[in-house]
Amino acid sequence: MTSPASTEFVPPQLSAGPRPAQGPAADEGLARRLRALACTAPLHDLDVRKANLAGEYSVYAMAEIALAAIDLVTLNMDFDTGADHEQIVARLLPRVAAQAPDRPLAEHERVARWVLENLINVGSVDRGFRAVYGTFGPDGAYVRRDYDFKLIEEVPGYGGSVYLRTTDEAVNVLVGALDTDVTSAQIAAEVKLEVLISRGRLADAQLAAEQARYRTVQYAETLRRTLEATRRNVRAVDWLNAVPDMIAEALDHVADRYRHENAILTNIRKARDEAVEPEHKRRAAELVDIVKDCIRRHTQLQSRLLDAGPLFRAEQDRQAFATPTARAGLDLYGQLVAPLLPLPVEQAIRVTDAFFAHGAGLRTPVSVRVGDLVDILLTPPLEREHLGAEMPEPDLIATPDDSRFSEEQLASAMELLDLPHDAPRRLSGLLADARRRDPELPYLVALLAVHAASPPVGTAYRQGEKQLLFAVDDGTELDDPEFGGADLIVGMALLDAAGMSADRTEAA
Amino acid sequence: MSDHRAEHADAWSERPTDAATGAAAAGGAAESGELPAPAPAAAAHGAVTPADAADAARLVSFGLQPKLLPARDVEYADLLRRYREEPAFARLADAVATGLGLVVLEVSTRAGMAVSAGEDSVFAVRMGDYARRASADSADRFLHGLAHLAVAALAFPRPEDLADDGYIGRITVNGVDAFVRQACRRLEERADEQGENTDPATEAPGLEAAWRIYARRSATGATKDARRLAGSTTGIVGKAVAFLTESGFLHRTGDDAGGAYRTTARYQLQVRDMAGSAAMAELLELGVVPVTDGTPTLVPPSDADDLELTAEAGLPFHA
Repeated sequence: MTSPASTEFVPPQLSAGPRPAQGPAADEGLARRLRALACTAPLHDLDVRKANLAGEYSVYAMAEIALAAIDLVTLNMDFDTGADHEQIVARLLPRVAAQAPDRPLAEHERVARWVLENLINVGSVDRGFRAVYGTFGPDGAYVRRDYDFKLIEEVPGYGGSVYLRTTDEAVNVLVGALDTDVTSAQIAAEVKLEVLISRGRLADAQLAAEQARYRTVQYAETLRRTLEATRRNVRAVDWLNAVPDMIAEALDHVADRYRHENAILTNIRKARDEAVEPEHKRRAAELVDIVKDCIRRHTQLQSRLLDAGPLFRAEQDRQAFATPTARAGLDLYGQLVAPLLPLPVEQAIRVTDAFFAHGAGLRTPVSVRVGDLVDILLTPPLEREHLGAEMPEPDLIATPDDSRFSEEQLASAMELLDLPHDAPRRLSGLLADARRRDPELPYLVALLAVHAASPPVGTAYRQGEKQLLFAVDDGTELDDPEFGGADLIVGMALLDAAGMSADRTEAA
Repeated sequence: MSDHRAEHADAWSERPTDAATGAAAAGGAAESGELPAPAPAAAAHGAVTPADAADAARLVSFGLQPKLLPARDVEYADLLRRYREEPAFARLADAVATGLGLVVLEVSTRAGMAVSAGEDSVFAVRMGDYARRASADSADRFLHGLAHLAVAALAFPRPEDLADDGYIGRITVNGVDAFVRQACRRLEERADEQGENTDPATEAPGLEAAWRIYARRSATGATKDARRLAGSTTGIVGKAVAFLTESGFLHRTGDDAGGAYRTTARYQLQVRDMAGSAAMAELLELGVVPVTDGTPTLVPPSDADDLELTAEAGLPFHA
């Protein structure tokens, strides 16, 4: 997959190419490329390991499925949560099925799950990958280092559920721009998009628009993490400079992109409507969806940004304006956690051990009597209830049909009122017709006619009805033995449902 | 099981040296230090009867049930009153506690008889018993310890909160995880800025920076039975808060964000008088002297800045 941004990507390490890598400075570029290379390894690994699976799976292109999975997770990532595991599997299935159409569905699903689980790397305790690479230290010594990374990570969602998010590494591997600045790459992608659209090259435009969306997601992700920290602890975040700067930057970004993408949207809509070739029309329509999604993400981001200021002030009120206590306390974060985290783990563990030993509380030791033990061991294990309590069979009572009119009567009345649109009739005539069919029917016809006096035009439009019954009072008195009031003119109006629905989509 | 026990005994072998500094720094130790002297004094008074000793032991046994509230138990409340009103009885109860290897933190109606396990007491909790994996894997052991530290740090975010007896901290499991992750992330950013290569050398995993261990571990994971993945960081934090709840240190208040909890008076005492100072002593021994002048690490922005921020925040969207 090539990226439009990569055309402007000049790897700085190329200048150091011919010389052997010696110092840490020259080595840095190499280390960065090695790490980038490592990120692709799990994908190749899938194709290597598929031979070890029980069954004949060589027909599936695992790396392709894996890239598609990363694509899907990235596109379905929301600001708050992530992508749903099951949903991703479901969306992967068509591609897997296309690779081996004659295999059973269960196998397709197994392959999709296998790929997704391997991208998460379910088997390892870290649920991540590790690559080893070597660099020269400042003293010229060769050091082997571990590079740990994840491609898809699991994050907690609302109500204890688990969602998937792609990591920065995965997005970078996917987009192919391994060493570019997020913001500038986005600008580049969008400038390119505009050019492509103006020249009518929609296939390329779609690629560029999708890339722009990846960038947007990546940007939102960075901001989400910073804002979350602000909510947790005012002191943990630099509210003097860093956060206001970041918010200002982000708001500029949103305002900028919003203007930009609305302009693009107008352009593509025009392209879509003017396109004659169905393929072009379809692509343009897809593009409209992508850009709309971008705008939605920006709006979401903006509302979070606006919340940040009030949140900070509320927290500050709580924390800074309370009466100070006389005793000086220990600053657990500032004096323990913060100095501890940069330490090597073999030293840090002594501090955490000390805290645990003194802070976990006490446990009263359990003493066992042989008599109890025999009882406990002989008690049969309790069956775990998987399904919960049994549901009582519902006792259904048939309710008597107490409607005033029967279905047949309604059908008959509707038939009577199904008037041609160019020939409205008087209510008196309709009532007389109805009376000839059934003595009860005039009541139903009168009721329907009265309802038609104020017809639900909006609803009918929204539901795409083609015609609508209406009734108008022209002042003529109704002369009828059973009913009084106005002799309404009842007619059928035609609705331009197709035109309305087209307008509606345009407005949305 | 047997090699498991051997492991942890080995892991704890360095404890006795630290114990001296830890206990000396603990606030509660001052009280217990005086105990041997007053006990014979009470005996000389001639007032101590076997019934008194039984009552004193009963009070200590109440203290060993940390979830029991004095307000809910008449006998407990009576014994507490007696402890406060009769110095001889108080000394007797203290002596019983010390003899059992307990440290008395506070005796009051709000916290009850708040006792904590001494270093080698039978009541002490060992890391190997707490988490099976922790005895074999030093990364896991560190993460479990850090989870406890992080819960305390988030429950009492400012020194004032820890010092103020009336303060009640509120935490959630996901909140604790996210807070540590954020701290790790800032260290990562700082290392990136300085162009440092933080990937550890393959031969020396013990030299890996502590924050990387946490950052590397996944936050959560899907399991077959929809429970929290035990090895994930939310699983580890979840275990810590569940354990602290059992210890009578936290109260579960809801299910949001992985479980919401509030602190009890006992937890504040335990962190303030025992754990905080013990960990601090260990850190100082490592040669790390965290310098603070008592002011918060963050200086709040002045009002003018604040207003400017709001104006800016709304600006592009009024246009």
